[in-house]
Amino acid sequence: MRQDFSPPAPGRMPHHSFRRFFMPLFAIVALMLVALAPQQAHAFSDEQLRQNAEQLNAKSSTKKLDVIEKMAADGDPRVAPILEAMLGGDLYVSKADDKVVIGKKQGKVWQHIDVVSGAVTGESGSGDLDKIRINNRLRGALRDALATLNLFSPDLATRRAAVETVMDTRDPAMAPLLQRAIDRENDPELLARMELAKATMALAAGKTSQERLDAIDILASQTTPQIRAVLLQFVNAAEAENYDPKVVAAAKDAVASVEGRLKMWQTGGDVYRGISLGSVLLLAAVGLAITFGVMGVINMAHGEMIMIGAYTTYAVQQAFMVWWPAGIGWSLAVAVPMAFLVSGGVGVVVERLIIRFLYGRPLETLLATWGLSLFLQQAIRSIFGASNRQVVAPDFMSGAIEFSTGLVLTYNRLWIILFSLLVVGGIAIVLRYTAFGLQMRAVTQNRRMAGSVGIRTGYVDALTFGLGSGIAGIAGVALSQIDNVSPNLGQGYIIDSFMVVVFGGVGNLWGTVLGAFSLGIVNKFLEPVAGAVLAKIFVLVALILFIQKRPKGLFALKGRAVEA
Amino acid sequence: MKKTLQTIVGAGALAWSAMAMTPAQAADDTIKIGVLHSLSGTMAISETTLKDTVLMLVDDINKKGGLLGKKVEAVVVDPASDWPLFAEKARELLEKDKVAAVFGCWTSVSRKSVLPVFEEDNGLLFYPVQFEGEESSRNVFYTGAAPNQQAIPAVDYLMSEDGGGAKRFALLGTDYVYPRTTNKVLRAYLHSKGVADEDIMENYTPFGHSDWQSIVSDVKTFASAGKKTAVVSTINGDANVPFYKELANQGIKAEDIPVVAFSVGEEELAGIDTTPLVGHLAAWNYFESVDTEANAAFIKKWHAYIGDDKRVTNDPMEATYIGFTMWAHAVEQAGTTDVDAVRQAMYGQKVPNLTGGVAVMNPNHYLSKPVLIGEVQDDGQFDTVWKTDDVVVGDSWSDYIPESAKLTADWTYPWVCGNCEKPTY
Repeated sequence: MRQDFSPPAPGRMPHHSFRRFFMPLFAIVALMLVALAPQQAHAFSDEQLRQNAEQLNAKSSTKKLDVIEKMAADGDPRVAPILEAMLGGDLYVSKADDKVVIGKKQGKVWQHIDVVSGAVTGESGSGDLDKIRINNRLRGALRDALATLNLFSPDLATRRAAVETVMDTRDPAMAPLLQRAIDRENDPELLARMELAKATMALAAGKTSQERLDAIDILASQTTPQIRAVLLQFVNAAEAENYDPKVVAAAKDAVASVEGRLKMWQTGGDVYRGISLGSVLLLAAVGLAITFGVMGVINMAHGEMIMIGAYTTYAVQQAFMVWWPAGIGWSLAVAVPMAFLVSGGVGVVVERLIIRFLYGRPLETLLATWGLSLFLQQAIRSIFGASNRQVVAPDFMSGAIEFSTGLVLTYNRLWIILFSLLVVGGIAIVLRYTAFGLQMRAVTQNRRMAGSVGIRTGYVDALTFGLGSGIAGIAGVALSQIDNVSPNLGQGYIIDSFMVVVFGGVGNLWGTVLGAFSLGIVNKFLEPVAGAVLAKIFVLVALILFIQKRPKGLFALKGRAVEA
Repeated sequence: MKKTLQTIVGAGALAWSAMAMTPAQAADDTIKIGVLHSLSGTMAISETTLKDTVLMLVDDINKKGGLLGKKVEAVVVDPASDWPLFAEKARELLEKDKVAAVFGCWTSVSRKSVLPVFEEDNGLLFYPVQFEGEESSRNVFYTGAAPNQQAIPAVDYLMSEDGGGAKRFALLGTDYVYPRTTNKVLRAYLHSKGVADEDIMENYTPFGHSDWQSIVSDVKTFASAGKKTAVVSTINGDANVPFYKELANQGIKAEDIPVVAFSVGEEELAGIDTTPLVGHLAAWNYFESVDTEANAAFIKKWHAYIGDDKRVTNDPMEATYIGFTMWAHAVEQAGTTDVDAVRQAMYGQKVPNLTGGVAVMNPNHYLSKPVLIGEVQDDGQFDTVWKTDDVVVGDSWSDYIPESAKLTADWTYPWVCGNCEKPTY
């Protein structure tokens, strides 16, 4: 499961895995408790519990809220599965007898599960059940209520998640419960988190200067946005109510130190996001680095090759859904070579039918490929329709590594960074170490000489263009994970791609790599300051100025290399 | 000079009579309407559906015997998401095809582009999409929501107890006229509710923006200040899919930071897995999930027409339906398709909403409609969590922008004006 991808708990749990992984687990544990420990004294009698559960179907959410709080207050373990079901949208009212039940979908029918005994009491179609409605306010309340209940859960991970929720809400009313939990806890790591949660509450609830200073002391060593918020709130309150100046000064120092460390993390985050944007630019541009960079074809239909790759991914996934739904996680692995073949095939055909007649005539090439891009867009629109197609993200690409410092590394972006490097590495190997790469370089450096030593230049041209287009198709597979799969997909990348290739230096792969990452990072550092729109404009202006100074980009090919 | 003028008039008259005599004979049995929606380019994703809706309605009315004893014929053109082309195609519809009314446009920029053409040729445009208001033309009927029929009730809901009692707002939008104007209205409204500037974050991104990492993480930082925070999104079109994906991946849950969107409907959600988005909100005047007989019939008709049970319905489709039905009623009452007569007949037209209640056309060319707030469900539909008790009258000039508050739009006597401080007569 995705558990494997999460680091050894640098902070809070990856939220997704919590929901999907522990919820059923927890429900089972709770049910087992009910089943195995009949002698355990329950805070509610069966009848009381049932009555309370029935009231969860109250009209107003305020009333529902009261019931939830009442049910959670006594720490009865049988309450948790009911609230858990309500939070998950699985709590229903059976229309036949007006009873509140937990509904569980079994194939086409819905099983009715009794809220008290946990036994299946009947089944029906979905039409006989009315879902008990919740809104965001109730969702929050349910989560808090579950957290209080779960502080005493036998399962470590459930307790851990509960402490995080307590920390988020910082409700002073939870303090006595938290203290009880601390007294029982024996996991040292979790104990530290609990002490921290206690400190956040103590800061607000503390009466003497010493209590406050102690709490500040504990908090100042933390590096999370929540703690900063807690301290900031405290500073405001302290100044307003004229606390001991020593306390105020300590709190301010603590804010400054937390802030300082958060700033560093933030810069780290900006760099990461810049690299991530850079990897997307790189993927989009690397195919163009071959068709435009190496061959000198101003290929305005480059974006459409990416788009075709994305649609190939969609088509492959559709095929998987029909023939092998269980293996959908593998669909991307199949889509990569397929996209390469489809886009590359289109590229070869285009080169043979159109582009080869236009070598050395950049203006005509530009117009012809522009027309081609419109043609391809409309073709795709006619085949697949104008609306977006949904490409499923495999499990290993959804979710994120979340650090307590607020830095979030999403898996899809991490994979794309890795993937872009693999693709570039692959191309470098093809260019450097294969016979085709050698011929390609020979043809682009001196066509006539290459021809006279027996290289079929036309054939090499077609394959080179096919290679560039195929790489664009591979980029489409990756981009289908983060962008819309729509006929316009390619248009969003064409300008950026040209930018990267021109900046990096036409005809130089490493220039493209460096160009993509530096443009990405510059863009992401400007974005928080100037906004996304202005950041793009600044980058473009800076690029134009740069090209004025160095017309051949970062790395110019030397000698009499490139053909005009 | 006089002579030339006479010649031109004469020639014109001759040409007109010639036209009226020959092929126009056939055209006399039909009433032509124009459909001006992009069928290619960026906006095709949204607008194609509306073209199909108009065609369905035309089909429907013809089956019932047409209008004034004539068949209705739809003239479909494709302005290709190209704003200047919208103006050209509008002129073609009005001057060459001589259509009685045009149903079309989606983005505000396309509407602004065709506006002078409709005013010059005295045409009739029915505009079916929620927008920023601050406009009232004699030649346009606005059947989508104005800010006070969508944005303001949504913010009210977010500030209410049930909505989570938000105190801090991140206004995210695409960089063009609709989000900027709506956010201007919202900022003024939030000020009036005692929200300070430091508790409002505004951010604009280009059309089709796909890299939301920094912005979503900024919102997280903004929300960590200890006050309940909500996001108000006027992000338009394609950019929504990566935005919601990023929200889901960064683990922003609706109960922590709810996002209320004004441009995300059933059609937009069709492209995403909505499981992680459950609880995020949208404000519209219509949801497909609303359980009324009229709505069920409409959905059934749509599925039958389009031949696909999976196609969803959405708010602009209802707005198109209301606009078209009102126009048909007005034509019948006026007994002619003449623009001036139809316009007069439009005021006070009533059409039952698909979600219950009755939509009324007001003299400022805006509708009175109910406002609904829905939560995203895991099946891509919305569950209505809040609804206005009664219909809300569309406000063409916002009361929360000082320079607009003074203006009145009323096309009946004695005002007869779209942006006046005093009546014309």
